[in-house]
Amino acid sequence: MIIVFAIFLLSLLVITAVAIVRTENLFVAVMLTSIFSLLMAANFFILDAADVALTEAAVGAGITTVIFLSALALTAEREKRRAGGQLLALCTVGILAALIIYATFDKPRLGDPEAPVHQHIAPWYLEKTPEYIDIPNVVTAILGSFRGYDTLGEVFVVFTACIGVLFILGVRPEQQAASRTVESGGLRHHLIPQVVGRLLVPFIVLFGLYTQFHGEYGPGGGFQAGAIIAAGVILYALLEGEGEALRAVPRSVLLGLVVGGALLYGAVGVVCMLLGGAFLDYSVLAADPVWGQQLGIIVIEAGVGMAVCGALLTIFHAFAARESQP
Amino acid sequence: MIDTALNLVSWVLLTLGGACVLIGGIGALRLPNLYTRIHAASLTDTMATILIFVGMMLQSGFSLATMKLLAIMVFLLLTGPTATYALANAALLSGLRPDADTLADKKTGNARG
Repeated sequence: MIIVFAIFLLSLLVITAVAIVRTENLFVAVMLTSIFSLLMAANFFILDAADVALTEAAVGAGITTVIFLSALALTAEREKRRAGGQLLALCTVGILAALIIYATFDKPRLGDPEAPVHQHIAPWYLEKTPEYIDIPNVVTAILGSFRGYDTLGEVFVVFTACIGVLFILGVRPEQQAASRTVESGGLRHHLIPQVVGRLLVPFIVLFGLYTQFHGEYGPGGGFQAGAIIAAGVILYALLEGEGEALRAVPRSVLLGLVVGGALLYGAVGVVCMLLGGAFLDYSVLAADPVWGQQLGIIVIEAGVGMAVCGALLTIFHAFAARESQP
Repeated sequence: MIDTALNLVSWVLLTLGGACVLIGGIGALRLPNLYTRIHAASLTDTMATILIFVGMMLQSGFSLATMKLLAIMVFLLLTGPTATYALANAALLSGLRPDADTLADKKTGNARG
């Protein structure tokens, strides 16, 4: 039954991908990208990867679409026609596709328990997580503790992306900033979306906090929570206007979240070293090593959530501020 | 006995919900202009949501999952019609008249996806 679902979803993915390539209206392409992400999230879910599905749905289908739309408001709606270079692209894609199809012949069957990926290190994680960390969600244990270095790297990727966007879009000539009096009013004159949206914002933020702190027990964690909370604030910005959202969560707070989140993560590692352990070895954080591990994971997840939420909102505001310029 | 009855009711509801989604989908493809298409699509937001979620709640029994399903249903029932309203309102504000010539409307509707 699952395999029928999987084939159905994968065919839809291919159809959506072809549609994205074929369409010349960029607005339609953005909407199709959102649908693609949602299908991808469903795919991850039927493969039992609930954590990844949650991230894909929140970031891919939700926030990326908003950021793409903000970017579209700065550019044209139609794709520019370009002549030439198509043969080269076709050859490259053809050769790559043939190579990938050739590579799939060596792939183990889907869900095969004897596959190398399930025999390499995953059994060790599954066996040792109750002993070392003792939390039900093994994904969080791997992400936060066993592969803490990788997650630290990811947080710094988010941090770098945020800095990069700010360097490109955040700079604004002084006189323009001063003359900017007309603020976008959001949906202030549209009663129904505003009433419903106002009702939803607190629940979205609450759900984000639940995802953050329930990450050790169920699907969730810093990345998902940061994206969900950012989505809540973006909804507020869409309803009340960007200026109102900036008054609620000022830019300095956002930058503080990005920098503070990345620093918090790094600081946990340094504290571990000062207490005599290895970098990001949380066992030394408390007298009981298992409780130390749990404490470390809670703190670094908070750091991840802060960094992701701050970065996504900073990027959104960077685009939105450009948009409202004359 | 009671289990069989619950199962039966739940499957009837799920089937009806599925039929609503199907009708909504066909309507969104086949109806002549943007507003009628939105009207068809909104069937999946409201009727299908209620039928399918009540069907699933009957399947899950009285547990935490039921409460979660109820919360998701309320969320969808709030957001779905709002999104439909916002879409129709945006179309109206951008100058697409509901009583315009069907053929011309079809063109514009297609362009807007």
